[in-house]
Parts: sequence; C-alpha cells; structure tokens
Amino acid sequence: MDVFLFLLFAIIAVVCAINVVVQTHPISSAISLVGVMGSLAVLYLLLGAEFIAAAQVIVYAGAIMVLFVFVIMLLNAGSEVRRGRSIVVQLLGVPLLIAFLGLMAYFVQRLYPSAASVKFGAFRGGTALAVGRALFTQYLLPFEVTSVLILIAIVGAIVLARKELD
Amino acid sequence: MNFFLLSLIKAAVVAFVLLTTLAYLQWVERKVIAHIQVRLGPSRVGPHGLLQPLADVIKLITKEDLIPPHVNKILYLAAPFLAVTMALISISVIPFGTEISLFGVRTWMQLTDLNIGVLFILAVSSMGVYGVALAGWASNNKYALLGGLRSSAQMISYELPLSLAVASPLLLANTLSLRELVEKQAGFQFGFLPNWNIFQGPWPQIISFVVFLIAGFAETNRVPFDLPEAENELVAGFHTEYSSMKFASFFMAEYANMVTVTAMTTILFLGGWQPLFPERFGSHYVPTLAFAIAGAVSLYHGLNPARKRDRLTLPAAAIVFFAIAFAFALPAVQSALVPLFWFAAKTGFLLFVFIWVRGTLPRFRYDQLMGFAWKFLFPVALLNLLVTGIMVALFS
Repeated sequence: MDVFLFLLFAIIAVVCAINVVVQTHPISSAISLVGVMGSLAVLYLLLGAEFIAAAQVIVYAGAIMVLFVFVIMLLNAGSEVRRGRSIVVQLLGVPLLIAFLGLMAYFVQRLYPSAASVKFGAFRGGTALAVGRALFTQYLLPFEVTSVLILIAIVGAIVLARKELD
Repeated sequence: MNFFLLSLIKAAVVAFVLLTTLAYLQWVERKVIAHIQVRLGPSRVGPHGLLQPLADVIKLITKEDLIPPHVNKILYLAAPFLAVTMALISISVIPFGTEISLFGVRTWMQLTDLNIGVLFILAVSSMGVYGVALAGWASNNKYALLGGLRSSAQMISYELPLSLAVASPLLLANTLSLRELVEKQAGFQFGFLPNWNIFQGPWPQIISFVVFLIAGFAETNRVPFDLPEAENELVAGFHTEYSSMKFASFFMAEYANMVTVTAMTTILFLGGWQPLFPERFGSHYVPTLAFAIAGAVSLYHGLNPARKRDRLTLPAAAIVFFAIAFAFALPAVQSALVPLFWFAAKTGFLLFVFIWVRGTLPRFRYDQLMGFAWKFLFPVALLNLLVTGIMVALFS
C-alpha cells in the first residue's frame, strides 16, 4: 500500500513538474506547481513527517503559490509565445541533460554507497513537538538568523514600496 | 468491528447529516433574515417553507448548465469542484462528542483524530482560495476576475490574524489534536466557571476569540466582508458565469466553510462538547428542558393558531419536540447524546450570530477591508499572541 501510494504520488509530482515547464500559460504552470507541492506533502506524510507535510501545504501551496496566482491574475499575463530555438540549444540540449542526470546519479552513488532502503512511516521525529524542540534547542541559531533574514526582506520591501509612493 | 467498515458507516452518517445541515442552514438563514427585516421568508413550499431546500435543489439540478464561450475549460470546470471538496474535507477531523458504544461497538464521534488536526484544517482552508480565485480567472468575465482577485487578496490577508488567533489557545492547551484540545477544557474553576479557553487565565482569550471570529467572517466571504460578491459593484463576483450545479457547489462551499469556522471556534474557545455548567447543577437535563419548552411553545401556538394551517403543523412539531425531550431523559441516551447536544448548541448559536450579523451590518468598502486587516486586526493578534506567550511562560 505504502509503495503503491509512493509510486502514485511520485509519478504525479514528476508529471506536474514537467507540466510546469511545458505549459505556455503562466496560470497553468502555477497550478501544476501547486500539484507538485501537494504531492510532495503526501510523500512527506508517507515518510512519517506529518508536521512538515502540513507546513508544506500551508506555506507553499496555500500561501506562496496563491500569491503567485494572484500576481499573474493581476498582471493579466498572456500565453508565452514560442520563438524558434537557437541552434546551440537544439544541438546541445539533450546531451547536456543526459550528462547532468548521469553526474547526479554518480554523486548520489558515491555519497550514499550502501543507503539502507527507506521504511515508510519509520521516522518518528516528525511530530510538531519534535520539530519545535529541535528548532528551539539544536537549531536555535539558524532559526534566529533566518528570522533576521526575513526581517531584512520585509524592511527592504517597505523601503522599495515607499520610494514608489514619493 | 472492522475498522474499514466502521469508518465507512461513520463517513456516510456524517456526510448525510452535514449535507442536510447545509441545505437547512440556508432555510434558517432566509427565515432569520426575513424576520429581522419584518418579512415572512419562504412559506409556500411545505409547512413554514420547510421543503424549500428540496425545491431549490431540484431547481438547481434541472437548470441548464451553461458553459460560456472563451473560458479556460479545464480550470472553469475544476474550480467549483475544488471549492466544494476543500470545504467539505475539513469536517473529517472535527470531534462532535465523546466516545459512544452502539451495538457493542465503541467509537468516537469523530471521523479521525489527527495529531496535527488544527494544521490540517488551516491547510485545507488555505487551499480553498484556489477554487474562488480560479473561478474568477477562468470565467473570462471582468466582474468575475475582479471578484476572484478581491477574494484571494482578502483571504490571504485575513489568514494571518486567523492563524495568529489560533496559536494562543494552542499555547494554553499544548496540543494540536482537536480531541485533546476539547478534553483539556473539561472541568470548572471555582465550581461553576467552565474551563473553556475563552475564560481561562493567565491571560483571557476573549481577544483571540473575537479576532478569530472576525477573521472567520472574512475567510468565509460573509457580510460585512462579502466584497468578492458585492452585487452592486460586481454583479455576482467570482461565480457570475456559473449556473446550475456548479453555482450550487460554490453556494454549498460557502455554507460548509461557515460550519467549519463555527465548529472550530467552538472547539478552540468554547470547550467543544463540554457543558456550560457542572452536572451537579443539572446540566445534563438542559436538552430535555430545552426541547420540552420548544414543544410547549409549539403546542400553545397550535391551540391558539394565528393561521389556519398552524392548527395542524404546530401540534405535530410539538409531538416531535416532546419525543426528543423524552429521549434525552433516558440515561442510556443521555450519556451519549448530551455532549453532542452541547456541541450542536454552541455551533448553532455561532451560526445564528453569523446570520444575525448579516442582517445587521452594512458591507465594508474595499480599502477599509484591507486597512482593517493589516493596520488593526493583524497587530492586535500579534500583540495578543506575544502577551499570551509571556503569561504562559511565567505562570504555568
């Protein structure tokens, strides 16, 4: 059952991810990206990380992608027009892609030579309690630094918006 | 019994009750609004218009299902489906009552208890925005597009104070499971004041409660925040181009969201199925008393009828009320159904408040709506969370 669900949602994720690139209309691409986020959340859930799964849906699918869709709707962006591809892309595209995937596979093989097979639901540190405890003890400094980073981003956005107003 | 079979039966029961509630909620709303505006409301179909929801459903199903030209067909068809699915899913984690045993099977009055129940509901409700936004965009209509834009902006803005208001009772209860949240609110302070989060110290949660309720009004697109479907500006907003069952899906989604928000308010702040006062003061006889009074009032008006048909319909209603009152007096039924009664009573009262507000308040202007969310509600929610956090850290 677990393996079946994993394969199902992995396939949905990959198909949606390809669809993001293939679609010509920005709204269709954005909706496909929501599909990717949703199936990733299901994969997290299968692994036993329920808090991450919920956060994935709330933050990425529910907040960031809604903003994307909102901006696309607001700008009323039309379909993208396909121009003829340059000769370099036509010749080197496929070989470079294969080379890149081969390199990725090689590094994964080198870094994790005898990776134990993943057990579905075996991970026990995925509850909100465990994640919260880890964030506020072991990873306190990265957590605080990230919050400062976000504060800088907010201040920057306000400064940029003010300049527009004056 | 088999877990799978049990879940299937429970899901069927919950779905049936929920859909009936949604249909009759609309009847209640029309009646209440009518009486607020000194009208009669639906009164032609069946006694007191009670069969009006059925007539509406038949009308909506048999209506012509129109797809306007130049729409984005896939998204146009997917949007109402998305809206209604996301609205109905969240009921699956709401606990309605305590554990009951029926025919020797013990089960909770809840479809499933997730240990991230609160986050689940937030996630599902945040996905519901897509239904409205995509409906507005895919319809190829400028009113619909403006309605969709307004609603996505509004829902994104009000989700922030909503989530911040949810966080404070979670700090007090220290759990994300909805069932545990209610169980933590059992018992009484000083022997009479219920331990509900809204009354609980060290910092009173009344502010979170009010912020949550206001944001809930905005999240469900209800008056005074129903800008996405402001008739005098946008025809009908995001669902202008929808007809037949697709329109009905949006309608159903709105009412289902209303039920979810009120049920969440009940669970988070008003103690879920916990009674209003202790059992030694006779709180488990309240349902009997309430239904007996309802029966007596019906009987009185049936014997002194204002209209001709009341002579028949009201005594019939009185008999039903007395039967329910008698059922609640039986000890076996009492232990199982009194918690359900309290949950339904609190949720029902909040639903009445939603309708009451609709009959009372005018609509906001759009800039007022955004200014209110960002300049008032959000800072209040943030400060409230900060103070609650400090108080909880200091005193408990």
